[in-house]
Amino acid sequence: MNVGSILREAARSLGANKLRTGLTMLGMVIGVAAVVLMLAVGTGAQNQVNRAVSSMGSNLLVILSGSTSAGTLRMGSGNAPTLTTGDAEAIARLPTVQAVAPTFPGGAQVAYGINNWGTQVLGVTPEYTSVRDWPVEAGDAISETDIRSATRVALLGATVVEKLFDTEDPVGKTIRIRGQPFQVLGILKKKGQSLDGRDQDDSILVPITTAQSKLFGNRFPGTVRFMFVQAVSQSATSAAEHDITLLLRQRHRIQPDADDDFTVRNLTQVAEAASQTARILSLMLGAIGSISLVVGGIGIMNIMLVSVTERTREIGIRMAIGARQRDVLLQFLLEALMICIVGGLIGIAFGVAGAYAVGKAMQIEVAFSASVMLIAFAVSAATGIFFGFWPARRAASLRPVEALRYE
Amino acid sequence: MAGRFIEVENLGKQYETSVPGTPPALQSVTLAIEQGEFVAVMGPSGSGKSTFMNIVGLLDAPTDGAYRLNGEDVAGFSTDELAHVRNRVFGFVFQGFNLLKRITAAENVALPMVYSGTAGAERRRRAQELLDKMGLGAYGSAMPNRLSGGQQQRVAIARALANRPQLILADEPTGNLDTQTSEDIMGLFTELNRETGVTILLVTHENDIARYANRLIRFKDGRVVHDGAVVHEGAA
Ligand SMILES: Nc1ncnc2c1ncn2[C@@H]1O[C@H](COP(=O)(O)OP(=O)(O)OP(=O)(O)O)[C@@H](O)[C@H]1O
Ligand SMILES: [Mg+2]
Repeated sequence: MNVGSILREAARSLGANKLRTGLTMLGMVIGVAAVVLMLAVGTGAQNQVNRAVSSMGSNLLVILSGSTSAGTLRMGSGNAPTLTTGDAEAIARLPTVQAVAPTFPGGAQVAYGINNWGTQVLGVTPEYTSVRDWPVEAGDAISETDIRSATRVALLGATVVEKLFDTEDPVGKTIRIRGQPFQVLGILKKKGQSLDGRDQDDSILVPITTAQSKLFGNRFPGTVRFMFVQAVSQSATSAAEHDITLLLRQRHRIQPDADDDFTVRNLTQVAEAASQTARILSLMLGAIGSISLVVGGIGIMNIMLVSVTERTREIGIRMAIGARQRDVLLQFLLEALMICIVGGLIGIAFGVAGAYAVGKAMQIEVAFSASVMLIAFAVSAATGIFFGFWPARRAASLRPVEALRYE
Repeated sequence: MAGRFIEVENLGKQYETSVPGTPPALQSVTLAIEQGEFVAVMGPSGSGKSTFMNIVGLLDAPTDGAYRLNGEDVAGFSTDELAHVRNRVFGFVFQGFNLLKRITAAENVALPMVYSGTAGAERRRRAQELLDKMGLGAYGSAMPNRLSGGQQQRVAIARALANRPQLILADEPTGNLDTQTSEDIMGLFTELNRETGVTILLVTHENDIARYANRLIRFKDGRVVHDGAVVHEGAA
């Protein structure tokens, strides 16, 4: 007898047992869909965090004006302007430090033609783009000359470009920041979200001197709100933190028993903590998915084992009328395979659709991995095939009379 | 040399699962059955009739003695050869019908032909032909549980006939049926035996049923206690 008619026999048997077929498939679908969904959300979250982390720039420390008690990191919260451009220059000379990017931020209304947009304007030095790993995509970067002469030039973030310009090339155009004309020097590469979920592309860079003296009329000339410091290496970040603290205490003439008037934050640690949290989240979701996989597997197992009696008698009848062992085994194997393949594909489809829906509803990123789908599929399929095939194998190895008598 | 159709010698069966100390279910059974015979097997409950039928039908193996089919010792058959004989040479009719309950009557009838490699169209044609012959031409698409006991047994007989067997083994085929239906079924067997020459081996408890046969084997305590012409005792 040929495989074709065994295949039809298997299909007929599945069709004749809609409840059993349906429940087994349900077990498959639940298990696979849960794993695919959970891991898509987990991996998506992890990717999102990783991208935010790498968008910070590497080996970074941030120094804030004023002393903030240990706890949350809030950039630009330095209220008393204690840091100066001189501090930045001194820090830059430390052997553990690669580069320093002093920053003077402020909010501003910007306009081009009839378009208007409220955004963040950062007064920076030329080092800023390399320290933050934020290259200029088109046009020129801010130069030392721009700093010295406090020129009115600007680098636009991708979001600002989008809000102000329709189809025109912004480079060389003149925009208005707080009513003052600025020439667009260049456009920054798209950077995406920061760790705390802000759109980093919604900002404009201008020379720090321009920000200090022309944009945000500064009561304390030469001060900066915060600065980014890039250590020479990942392992040097702690040493740099220490060196900077010593240096600044000395420069600010702080008595040994007095508190710092600045705060140094090691962003590498913040990044690590965030990555760690994302990893744990991802693991937990994976665990939930795996539990569903096991639950689905138990469902499959139950259905298969509950129908053992009926199936054993069926095998007895088939053998009594002339089925060979291998005919019976092939049929049961094909049945199990068909259930698993169809159930697994439906499970993957549900998992993917569910993940997209969740991602859309919760505004989070989801990411799929073929190997996850494959593993979930394989585990469910193995359960189905094992518990579908193994009782059949036992029954087919019985003498027909024993299979017929089975209760 | 093609020997006799069915020949058993000193056949014995001791179930492994039987209570220790109980006598064997079958012991030193020696007999032969020729092509075309219509044999009734009788005996009290537990005398070994079903055990004998299952061994002859190659659904079970003896623990003692020899069984030769057309002169060949079946002890040497592989499981595939046993399946082949059950498929082509034998046809079974059980007391409990043993139809697959989730497929139609016609599909049940066609099932032995699935395993003999008959093409689909021919299977359907032959199944319909057999159902017609059993007076069930209109019931091909019915599920077994929608049929009466007599109808189910006729479907089972049609299935037993599918591959034109040489021997039909029927273990109390009328055990679950009323008198009228039993007689109809026995009429069918008689007709088959006369017209196609198929050998019939039939277990029954009722003399009225045994009457249809032309040879009677009587079992008691696992042994053959009578083997000969049907004695129409008690018949008026
Ligand atoms: N699977 C088995 N395991 C153990 N003992 C068995 C088994 N089948 C039958 N027996 C025993 O073998 C003996 C013969 O049983 P068998 O079924 O052949 O009797 P029978 O003549 O067909 O009886 P009945 O008329 O009630 O069907 C009985 O004593 C029975 O208990
Ligand atoms: Mg019996």
